[in-house]
Amino acid sequence: MTDNATHPGYIAAIDQGTTSSRCIVFDTDGRIVGVEQKEHEQIFPKPGWVEHDAAEIWTNVQEVVDGAVRKAGVGRDEVKAIGITNQRETTVLWDKTTGEPVHNALVWQDTRTDALCRELGRNVGQDRFRRDTGLPLASYFAGPKIRWLLDNVEGLRERAERGEILFGTMDSWVIWNLTGGTNGGVHVTDVTNASRTMLMNLHTMAWDEKICASMDVPMQVLPEIRSSAEVYGHCAGGALEGVPVASALGDQQAALFGQTCFEVGEGKSTYGTGTFLLMNTGHKPVNSYNGLLTTVGYRIGDEKPVFALEGAIAVTGALVQWMRDQMGLISTAAEIETLASSVEDNGGAYFVPAFSGLFAPYWRSDARGVIAGLTRYVTKAHLARAVLEATAWQTREIVDAMAKDSGVELTALKVDGGMTSNNLLMQNISDVLDAPVVRPMVAETTCLGAAYAAGLAVGFWPDTDALRANWRRAAEWTPRMEADVRDREYKSWLKAVERTMGWIEEEN
Amino acid sequence: MARSIQSLERAAAVLRLLAGGERRLGLSDIASTLGLAKGTAHGLLRTLQQEGFVEQDAVSGRYQLGAELLRLGNSYLDVHELRARALVWSDDLARSSGEAVYLGVLHHGGVLVVHHVFRPDDSRQVLEIGVMQPLHCTAVGKVLAAYDPVAHAEMMDAERESFTERTLTSEAALEECLELVRARGWASDVEETWDGVASLAAPILDRRRLTVGAVGVTGAVERLYRDGELRPELVASVRDCARAVSRDLGAARF
Repeated sequence: MTDNATHPGYIAAIDQGTTSSRCIVFDTDGRIVGVEQKEHEQIFPKPGWVEHDAAEIWTNVQEVVDGAVRKAGVGRDEVKAIGITNQRETTVLWDKTTGEPVHNALVWQDTRTDALCRELGRNVGQDRFRRDTGLPLASYFAGPKIRWLLDNVEGLRERAERGEILFGTMDSWVIWNLTGGTNGGVHVTDVTNASRTMLMNLHTMAWDEKICASMDVPMQVLPEIRSSAEVYGHCAGGALEGVPVASALGDQQAALFGQTCFEVGEGKSTYGTGTFLLMNTGHKPVNSYNGLLTTVGYRIGDEKPVFALEGAIAVTGALVQWMRDQMGLISTAAEIETLASSVEDNGGAYFVPAFSGLFAPYWRSDARGVIAGLTRYVTKAHLARAVLEATAWQTREIVDAMAKDSGVELTALKVDGGMTSNNLLMQNISDVLDAPVVRPMVAETTCLGAAYAAGLAVGFWPDTDALRANWRRAAEWTPRMEADVRDREYKSWLKAVERTMGWIEEEN
Repeated sequence: MARSIQSLERAAAVLRLLAGGERRLGLSDIASTLGLAKGTAHGLLRTLQQEGFVEQDAVSGRYQLGAELLRLGNSYLDVHELRARALVWSDDLARSSGEAVYLGVLHHGGVLVVHHVFRPDDSRQVLEIGVMQPLHCTAVGKVLAAYDPVAHAEMMDAERESFTERTLTSEAALEECLELVRARGWASDVEETWDGVASLAAPILDRRRLTVGAVGVTGAVERLYRDGELRPELVASVRDCARAVSRDLGAARF
């Protein structure tokens, strides 16, 4: 088939993730024809600090691209474009002339900028830049990480001010290297990644001079902000030399794109260790008064940008792991469903896993986990059920917050991630949302999203309708819970949530 | 009472001696406690070790109970683990075949559907996880009956309903059918359960090479059939999927 001159070819996508880098080659139907993956080192210099070696990551990226293309058995002239999706917010600064990183990359999980963020809040607090950036001042975001590096690497600020230093999130780092690095590499980022720096103004889609000045970040280090789907340049070497580099999207935005959530009110939820729920809110950024983030969903070429509301749940799959590793009540994660299925209901028990406080929509760092409603009747099976219900109710809280902020009701929830193999959980989510929950046939929605955007940029796919036509429903769960049961259970859940608050007396 | 086998009695005595807490014993302790010659005890231990019932500590040379004994106690495969392992492969099968995929295990004398992937054509379909299907006339059921002696016995003991005029119900006809399943390595159901519907399935094996379930496709007989035969590329896709899931469960290549 591949020797046919009319064969449409393939699209490659790089997923530069938190624990590994992957490359997947897709065909026009969005089917996987080759995959390669490589893990990189997690560096923990101090408690709360997490770093990556950006040079190691670039080496791995080259290897996985070569590997995936080789496994797919396709020639480089058959690969029509390559797209990039990446762990968001992770920050690297490098020397423009040598291409060497000046310090390990500061990973999104790294909390060393906590104090700096409080200081930057001054008398206003964490919402000082929210109106312009859609984000609260928190240690995740890239801007404060740049500032930390400039303050703490000797001589770096002077070099940055002389224009010798470049900043990038991992998309910029990979694209700059792919397109030639010191030999003509392009220094760009896309709107979704730029929207996680706290330095981009959502209303102008440009770097905000005032915020950069407040954070003391010299603007000459910043990459050019481009759309998520356009040709930034061409691969300068390797297995895909000459292939257009044609998309960049943060990982959660890529999953939104891969799930083809192109209409207002369409949303996706990725169930892993934690869970990220994003909903398309159309062409206008929606301010959140309910603890959500306002972020860019994607922008295709010259089209208007599409915005999204984002809600993160810190503990979902992690709670199942906790039941397995810390409590020893199950021996594999999948067994939680077996245990939970052995009883009809939660027996009156509710489990709020506020292990490090409550996140969206509450944002209470003084909260800690609670199991409420215990009686002698409750067994480990009831607790297993309460564990799964915790993920469902937390999803409901985010969905409710999104409806309040945007005025748009979620019509159906598209799901992906490892926990979608849990049938009981998926049914439970549908029950408590009172909306259908749909799983697509391709589990790799993140890579697929990057491939889709790159394919659109080079005309491999004509438009988003063609991408929608590729989307296949693998399973759908429809609500079965009676309304009065749902209301009663939700009330009990909210009561349990209330009991987590104020546990930590002194906030330092 | 029938005469008992002395070496089995002795092996049982060795296991009992090692049981209870974290006990590790040397060869001479075991031999003297049980009143056996060292050579006899060593022979017993070596056989038990080959079967995985006993393990020998590399450093001290002492013996303890082996992991296989624990597995015997809870050797069933968790069906949710099976679904988690099968997820990616069954999605692939649905895409490549264009048909709905079902994964079933033996449960209460029938087939319990533990995983179901929709036919990829955007038509309205209902998730059938948890549904029971008959053993004697579905492709998944026939695979289980062909390879799992418990399923076989349950199928033969059950009252076998005739759903269509093609349903096989007699013991002789079914035995012949299962013989063919074992010879080919896959089973089919051509309008034996529902008029107009065909299915085909292949066995999923675990680490011990025991059949723990079956995976297959179900669809309109017009699509699954060509020239009076099940399409060979469909058979290949189903068997590839079953092999891939088996490999994920730790079965050696087959």
